[in-house]
Amino acid sequence: MSRSYPLRELYLARIREFYRQPARIFWVYGFPTILAIGLGLAFRSRPPESIQVDLVRNSASDPVEDVLRAYDHLAREESRPGLLLNVAPADEVFHRLRTGKTPLVVDPEISRPLTYHYDPTRPEAVAARGAIDDIIQAAHGRKDPVATQDVKVVEPGSRYIDFLIPGLIGLNTMGGGLWGIGFLLVNFRIAKLLKRFVATPMPRRDFLLALLGARLTFLIPDLAVLLLLGTLVFGMPIRGDLLLVFAIDVVGALAFAGIGLLIASRAQTTETVSGLMNLVMLPMWLLSGVFFSSERFPRAVQPLIQALPLTQVVGGLRRVILEGAGWLDVAPAMAILAAWAVVTFYVALRIFRWS
Amino acid sequence: MGDWAIRVKDLRKQYPGRDGPVDAVSGIDLEVPFGECFGLLGPNGAGKTTTVEILEGLNQPTSGEVEVLGLRWQDDEAAIRERIGVTLQETRFPEKQTVYEMVRLFRSFYRDGLEPHEVLERVSLEGKANAYVEQLSGGQQQRLAVAVALVGDPVLLFLDEPTTGLDPQSRRQLWDVIRDHRGRGRTTVLTTHYMDEAERLCDRVAIIDRGKIIALGSPADLIARLGGEHIVEFALGGEAPAPVPSSFAGLPTVLAARAEGDGFALTVGEPHRAIPALLDHLDDEGRHLARLTTRQVSLEDVFVSLTGRHLRDNEPEEPARDGSGRKRRRGRRG
Repeated sequence: MSRSYPLRELYLARIREFYRQPARIFWVYGFPTILAIGLGLAFRSRPPESIQVDLVRNSASDPVEDVLRAYDHLAREESRPGLLLNVAPADEVFHRLRTGKTPLVVDPEISRPLTYHYDPTRPEAVAARGAIDDIIQAAHGRKDPVATQDVKVVEPGSRYIDFLIPGLIGLNTMGGGLWGIGFLLVNFRIAKLLKRFVATPMPRRDFLLALLGARLTFLIPDLAVLLLLGTLVFGMPIRGDLLLVFAIDVVGALAFAGIGLLIASRAQTTETVSGLMNLVMLPMWLLSGVFFSSERFPRAVQPLIQALPLTQVVGGLRRVILEGAGWLDVAPAMAILAAWAVVTFYVALRIFRWS
Repeated sequence: MGDWAIRVKDLRKQYPGRDGPVDAVSGIDLEVPFGECFGLLGPNGAGKTTTVEILEGLNQPTSGEVEVLGLRWQDDEAAIRERIGVTLQETRFPEKQTVYEMVRLFRSFYRDGLEPHEVLERVSLEGKANAYVEQLSGGQQQRLAVAVALVGDPVLLFLDEPTTGLDPQSRRQLWDVIRDHRGRGRTTVLTTHYMDEAERLCDRVAIIDRGKIIALGSPADLIARLGGEHIVEFALGGEAPAPVPSSFAGLPTVLAARAEGDGFALTVGEPHRAIPALLDHLDDEGRHLARLTTRQVSLEDVFVSLTGRHLRDNEPEEPARDGSGRKRRRGRRG
């Protein structure tokens, strides 16, 4: 038999184990694809919607209704957003307001000023109130003293799906490191395979290198599937260097591999490792800006959020893919990721138990 | 290299326990010459696995000297690893690898060794070379574990309870593999709690109980030390209270008498003299027999006579090696 090398055999064993498990292939490739398509459709850019407004039917409502109907007619002819007008008795429209079915109720009374009822904390209610007030004021002769014009931006790169794809790439990289290294190692320990391996002259370094090598190999299809989905299906632009996209993903994968190794270094049961994985992943799912920008969180927690590896992977990928950032621009993100990788590997290798 | 495959002096291993330290191994001396098949016998929790794991370099002794193939673990780990083969209790190999791939993987760890196909032939798994591990029966998985232990062509083979939980046919197939290894002049150390297995396979056995060797010798020697060659087992019928075992000790050629289950067991030198005397005795007492059997003395009887307990009495489990006091046992598939 030709001399075979432990590193190569260990690496091949890992690759075989992966592609022979259809369920894993679904969770790594199918699931993010479905998530991207689902969320991409749910949050796709739609034509601007009509302004929804309810009007109380009473003795004073007819003139107001005429004004609004006239505006709606004109707007539709000019293909601008029109109105979604509902005229009904007071009981009914106020019930609709309370239950959130309409954002704005206009209540005209002869003896009192025209009254708007709305919840000022709802952005669409405030917008509707402003728009309806403008229509009514203009119909009664108000002239705008300053001329203005609108330029509308619906460019690829600024849509939700463009924001989402780099987030999903980061999520997949995190999952791959934690499941593919952490969970796997604990299962090997439970099956006494780790102990069986160290009972042979196998170089332990080769075992870990094969694990990492397989992890980085799977990164290529992981990344390709989501990038192709983004560019081919959703027309997402890639404005930066593709090599840099890959480099960020690799450094990120090493950071998560280190965390996976650390989690697995002592855990003796699947329950322990599952708990630890949730402990690590949940904050990053929530805080790292995968689905929604992390800038909405309070200023006080921003340093913590910025220190999380997933924040840096996702942020770095977005800057390169969507903004065309260069190597120097994302160097800080890569430095933070590299620090995670170095520290976690160092600690994990010191405390790792083979049995 | 020394003359011994294994040499152990005053080996001790202590685990921290909830109620103070637990002595898993408390002072074992052992010498196993090259070419011998050596058995470590004892009930669960006796310290067998701890002892072999120390010999295999997978566990560190608290104190004592261990020499394997004339080398010491702390100085020559790599050299020892190249020349020993190990099966652990219940290793589960990855399900989606084929038998051949697993053997090939382990072959790659050794500088010298056997061809994967040759090893599979030795354990009669050549027909399963391309089957996934998950498709193997329990006996086939255990033979795969042995194949993986043999692939480095070891001088010294450790087998930790290789046949526990296997059906009789699978056990016999494994015995053939072990005999074959011994036939090549190689050394084998095996632990078991099946006394018949030790009697058939081992040149010498050490009986371990509570971390100590309580008897050491060839199976025939140990049996001979009981004095008698036969065991007469009987049970009495009727309502009368059971007599004490010692009331049978005075019968001709009876060397020992003990209560055994619902009846009695007598260690007997000459059954043809003892049994008629026993029948007369029972007649005189007005008792009648419910059952009477005779058989050859076995290592099981040796263990019972030494400890007063049976081997497979439910003893507390061996303490877990991480000292957490938990022991995980998983059923083997198939």
